[in-house]
Amino acid sequence: MAAGATTSGGTVSNIYKGNSAKLMLPAWAMVGFFLLAPVMMMVVYSFLTKEFRGGVIWDFTLAAYDQFFFDRGLFGDEPPSIEWTYIGIFWRSIWQAGVATIACLLIGFPTAWFIATRRPSTRSAWLFMITIPYWVNLLIRTVSMKFLIRDTGPLNEFLLWTGTVSEPLGLINTNFAVQLGLFYSYLPFMVLPIYAAVERYDFSLSEAAADLYSSIWTTLWLVILPVVKPGIVAGCILVFVPSLGAFLAPDLLGGAKTFMIGSLIEEQFKGSAGNWPFGAAASTILLSIVMAVLLIYARNQNKGSER
Amino acid sequence: MAAKTDLRRFPGFLTLTIICLVVLYAPLIVVAVYSFNASTSITKWGGISLAWYIDVFTGPEAPKFQQAAINSMVIAVTAAIAATIIATLAAVAMTRAGRFRGKTLSFALISLPLMVPEVVTAVASLVFFTAIGFTSGLTTILIAHIVFCIPFAYLPISARMQSIPDMYEQAAMDLYATPREAFKLVLLPLMTPGILSGFLLAFIISLDDFLITNFVKGAGVETLPTAIFGSVKQGIKPNIMAISTLMLIVSVIFVSLSWLIGRTGQNKNQET
Repeated sequence: MAAGATTSGGTVSNIYKGNSAKLMLPAWAMVGFFLLAPVMMMVVYSFLTKEFRGGVIWDFTLAAYDQFFFDRGLFGDEPPSIEWTYIGIFWRSIWQAGVATIACLLIGFPTAWFIATRRPSTRSAWLFMITIPYWVNLLIRTVSMKFLIRDTGPLNEFLLWTGTVSEPLGLINTNFAVQLGLFYSYLPFMVLPIYAAVERYDFSLSEAAADLYSSIWTTLWLVILPVVKPGIVAGCILVFVPSLGAFLAPDLLGGAKTFMIGSLIEEQFKGSAGNWPFGAAASTILLSIVMAVLLIYARNQNKGSER
Repeated sequence: MAAKTDLRRFPGFLTLTIICLVVLYAPLIVVAVYSFNASTSITKWGGISLAWYIDVFTGPEAPKFQQAAINSMVIAVTAAIAATIIATLAAVAMTRAGRFRGKTLSFALISLPLMVPEVVTAVASLVFFTAIGFTSGLTTILIAHIVFCIPFAYLPISARMQSIPDMYEQAAMDLYATPREAFKLVLLPLMTPGILSGFLLAFIISLDDFLITNFVKGAGVETLPTAIFGSVKQGIKPNIMAISTLMLIVSVIFVSLSWLIGRTGQNKNQET
């Protein structure tokens, strides 16, 4: 604190330099004690023995992971074979999140491009329109989607009234409904980073391509997409990662056949299953997948910047 | 010039942008419209009425939702204030203290709540609070909310600080301002738009949370999202649509405020 006061010629960074630890301490303490430590505790819990009705017994075991990956029959005495139930739920989650990500990309890229090529004065108004729904409560948005697409909801009423369909579409409780919900939840996450990349795009590249007789679609594929790729990759990660562990969209829009990781975990703690170590193990596996995706992304980022 | 505009335009992109906006807004608009439905059946249209808004404030479920709304507000305001203070201090260190030991690690720690999936944070918090013997209730919700609000408050504040060159503080100190005065009278007023946007974002993020709250809340303690979720599980009732529309309006007001504050800050920057 005194370092800067004595020397009037001291630089600004000198004033704060000695205090960096003091200034960072609250953030370190809160996130370290109430997030990092809990995540480690969760990993420890995944190796403990389950107590019926929730909670754990402090006996270390691999039972939770064994239950996740292997089937040992009803009484646990048969030779182990691969248990597909939970791997299947994870696979379905990855698939659903992947479909939602691709759908977001197919709609989000043209939208981001369209906004970024407007006059600068109108761009922020367009961006504002895209971001407003994101700030509306996710639960309310998901409930609204459920209300809209259910069999007796306004969408089907409208289609029946116009005679487009003769019976309700039966959208609710399907994989499609969950994909639509995820798409709707995270679409702005795709638009914003792509917009940021397109805004920095140098249009003389497009002109050069046009001068060399490239059609606009060839230019899009061979020039624009490679240049704005960092924005696209960032958008895909921002949609894929939250979709993978999503709870509300699969729970409210899906049914028993569309069970995803989020619901599997929730059921272990809040629902009827009440198996804490198993829920902690599933969470640990989910966290590992997400961290692997982020690590691969960070590595490629560094490679790109070194070039 | 004509060729230049052509290069920016792809056929069909406008249509896809319109589809994007329709998908984003249709469900919200439909619910807002149906919240004014006079009919007791939620899908048959029976004329315009405010019956369900009156029901929200005086109906049989009114006390439950009012208590939940008060809880949500108290948690969101407290969590946003705490997260903003923590994030402001961290942003000063990250943008003004130059290089220091553990800077990269500090940034990773601040962004951790954004990287860990929400359901994992929820499980970890529940397990941790149980293990250290914390009774679930308002306090546990509040602590969890402060943690995940920190990065949302931090990002606009540090973005704002990076755009403020330190020559202003330097000039103040050359004119014999103490470091404390340079911070309070020069840096802090310049940071204010960033701090306000950070606070508003943190507030909305706290108000929005369902999953983590649902895991760490004690029995009988409800916030608006958990109360709405409990009610929706038994079917969507018209009063839920009225509550949803009210929350929608609150969110839109707050985001608009945050946007306007951010814009005035930017304009000032462009002038200098």
